Amino acid sequence: MSVVETKAERAAGWNRPPAVEPEGEGELLEVAMGPHHPSTHGVFRMDVALDGERVVRLKPVFGYLHRNHEKIAEGASYLASMPYTDRLDYFCSLTNNWAYALAVEKLAGQEVPERAEYIRVILAELTRIQNHASTIGFLLQEMGASGTPLMYAFREREKILDLFESLTGSRMMCNYMRFGGCRVDLSAAWLEATKKVVAGLPAFVDEFEALLTGNEILMARCQGVGVLKPDLAVNASISGPMLRASGVNYDIRKVDHYGIYDRFRFRVPLGDHGDVYDRYMVRVLEMRESIGILNQALQEIPAGPIMDAKAKLRGFRPKPGEAYGRIEAPKGELGFYLISDGSPNPYRYRVRPPSLINLTVLEDMCLGHNVADVVLIFGSVDIVLGEVDR
Amino acid sequence: MLGEGIIKGMLETAKNFAGSFVSEDRLTTVEYPEQRIPTAENARVFPFLVYDGSDWEAGMRCVACQICEKECPPKCIYIEKSKDKKPDFAGKMQIYPTRFDIDISVCMSCQICVEVCPFEAIKMDTQFELATDDRFGGLLLDRRELSKSNEYYHSIHPTEAAEVDARLAEEKRAAEAKAKAAAVAAAQKAAADAAAKAAAPKIETPAPKPPDAGGQ
Amino acid sequence: MQRAEEIKAAIEAAVPGAGVTVVPNPSPSAQHALRLEPAHAVAVATFLRDAPGLAFDYLSNVTGVDWLDKEIAEKVKVTRQVTKTVDGPDGAKVDQIVDETAEETRKRVEPGYLETVYHLYSVALHHGPLVLRMRTVNRTDQIQLPSFTPVWRGAEFQEREVFDLYGIVFTGHPDLRRILMWDEFKDHPMRKDYVEPDDYEYEPTAHDAVLKRAQEHSAAAEGNRE
Repeated sequence: MSVVETKAERAAGWNRPPAVEPEGEGELLEVAMGPHHPSTHGVFRMDVALDGERVVRLKPVFGYLHRNHEKIAEGASYLASMPYTDRLDYFCSLTNNWAYALAVEKLAGQEVPERAEYIRVILAELTRIQNHASTIGFLLQEMGASGTPLMYAFREREKILDLFESLTGSRMMCNYMRFGGCRVDLSAAWLEATKKVVAGLPAFVDEFEALLTGNEILMARCQGVGVLKPDLAVNASISGPMLRASGVNYDIRKVDHYGIYDRFRFRVPLGDHGDVYDRYMVRVLEMRESIGILNQALQEIPAGPIMDAKAKLRGFRPKPGEAYGRIEAPKGELGFYLISDGSPNPYRYRVRPPSLINLTVLEDMCLGHNVADVVLIFGSVDIVLGEVDR
Repeated sequence: MLGEGIIKGMLETAKNFAGSFVSEDRLTTVEYPEQRIPTAENARVFPFLVYDGSDWEAGMRCVACQICEKECPPKCIYIEKSKDKKPDFAGKMQIYPTRFDIDISVCMSCQICVEVCPFEAIKMDTQFELATDDRFGGLLLDRRELSKSNEYYHSIHPTEAAEVDARLAEEKRAAEAKAKAAAVAAAQKAAADAAAKAAAPKIETPAPKPPDAGGQ
Repeated sequence: MQRAEEIKAAIEAAVPGAGVTVVPNPSPSAQHALRLEPAHAVAVATFLRDAPGLAFDYLSNVTGVDWLDKEIAEKVKVTRQVTKTVDGPDGAKVDQIVDETAEETRKRVEPGYLETVYHLYSVALHHGPLVLRMRTVNRTDQIQLPSFTPVWRGAEFQEREVFDLYGIVFTGHPDLRRILMWDEFKDHPMRKDYVEPDDYEYEPTAHDAVLKRAQEHSAAAEGNRE
């Protein structure tokens, strides 16, 4: 179907910014950006209508990576879905694990031992740092800074992935958390190695900032581009760094106090303008806050069990009921909604994907900008297609 | 000043560039396959079956309970049970798998089979160079190809294997103690019976045969 | 539960005849839901978003659930008159009519429906979740429900997804198209009675259902060729 809507379709009266009308009499050029466009982070398509260089319409097209994760999970036991959650947002498998474990723990009313909560926080914050670093790397790559910032980010990410591998056995598909705790305990040697890596992280962020933050080209390309107003951001269910870059103070770690986040001192960085530059800046500042949380957690981690003694690995059947559990994943609010009918499989299993929902406002942000800025705005949303299409 | 940020960034890259000639940990390239980075101890690739002793068929720990087959998320395990029984590591007569296949083109290395196995029979390998030109047969491993010795398990996951062995030895000791207690009780009962019926012929109860030196 | 009752009372005061029912949730999460009547749902949603004490301005999650026709077996006591042979007083057999009470299971079919579930939070007041539910009349033809996209923009893609995977038609949605499946696709894959089409691409695995299906498929393809 054509991506060009009629004016009547536009004026249907729902909360959407006014349309950009083409200037002059020239014909619009319809371009399919993707599914194999290098900037789309996977298989994603944007049907763009262009008036010269200016974007007049933009329709995202999804589903190239759709494998119906939710249907698979309804046919599998609760435990068997855990490794599948790794493959949603494959950059942040540990936070996916946590969100799913949290939802099941709410459903079954399970407790998590203190040590396991600390391990979860440590791993989630390491995940956040490596995700934000590589997101910025990719953003710069798409801006034309071929490789250098991305390689700096990946050098740091490599150290964190090595930690994940030595603890969980896998670099990306960690499959580490369990309902009521974590799978294996961390050793003193691992803790030492992590402390060493974390001690090196502030220098990395400083270096990254020296490379990028004051760069005039970056500022010229990013400032004032892809502005998202706070009221639209809230209304469109935007979450994560993108919401906070628009100046909305909403961090689920602070709001829900899930896990043990109320024990740590950290601030929630907020943006002023809601443009691409603010989204970049919020991520840099969040990395610094995460380092702070890590330092506290690595200091305070207590000894003790890592699994709830009542937790069952095999034959796990929660009582009938439902639960929605959510966490602040690096990309935004990651939620799992589960309905149990008392059988070993969930009756309904739903993933609330932050990547998909953050794309709701992609068109709003891109309208009126150049086609080169579309790549940039899209990169600043931070998506992973495994999670968008599920 | 316009361009200040760019110059600052350039200095940073220059520092890194120069540093890469002197700093040891910036030289990250490894000439694989001549050079290799040692794998992490917890690393996991695909599952294998552990056997005790030197004979893979006799020492196989798997008792074909099919829990892993049922729990495997992508359903890549296929097991057929035997009709007869043979002694396991603790000397107990057990069923064994006549067929145990893992399709590693389907396996997603999640190690749920390892976690659910109550017999410590399936563990994760670290061998990752499994490329083959036979796409279907070459990636379907049967129980002979899957069987690896306990010594091999010790060589790839030393800490974990030591814990497993301690646990198995404990189980074995408990089983033996139980058998001994049962034998003593049976002997006492037999003695009491014999005392009661002095005329009855004496029957020797054979003690359970100790198993081979497996699961050390 | 108390909170849900309070919100229900507030809705009923603001939207007369809204017909809200509280759906209790027995699990330890205690996230009780409010079931809305589709006719008043948009008015209720707008009230929930704009009321100063509630301010549910953030629609977190939208999803569908498929409830199939449920067969409910009930035990009923039935009394019947039965002829029985009894021993007479002089040893002869005599037929006698007796009342016999027996338990019988009768089956009643509860019609299935599709359901949407909405999870609301408040960014302004930092509370939530409030769970809203709506039901369609049946699973076949009366599957229309009002769209919340005009109230919360965040519902746009999620309602499209529910439409795509469950087949619930959202009236008032500005852009109701399939989102994950391709436009020409016919069925709704997340429904519980969905049958996968026999367009299997043969990929030999060792065993299991996939192999069986692949073999059946190739046998059927052979049959067609002959």
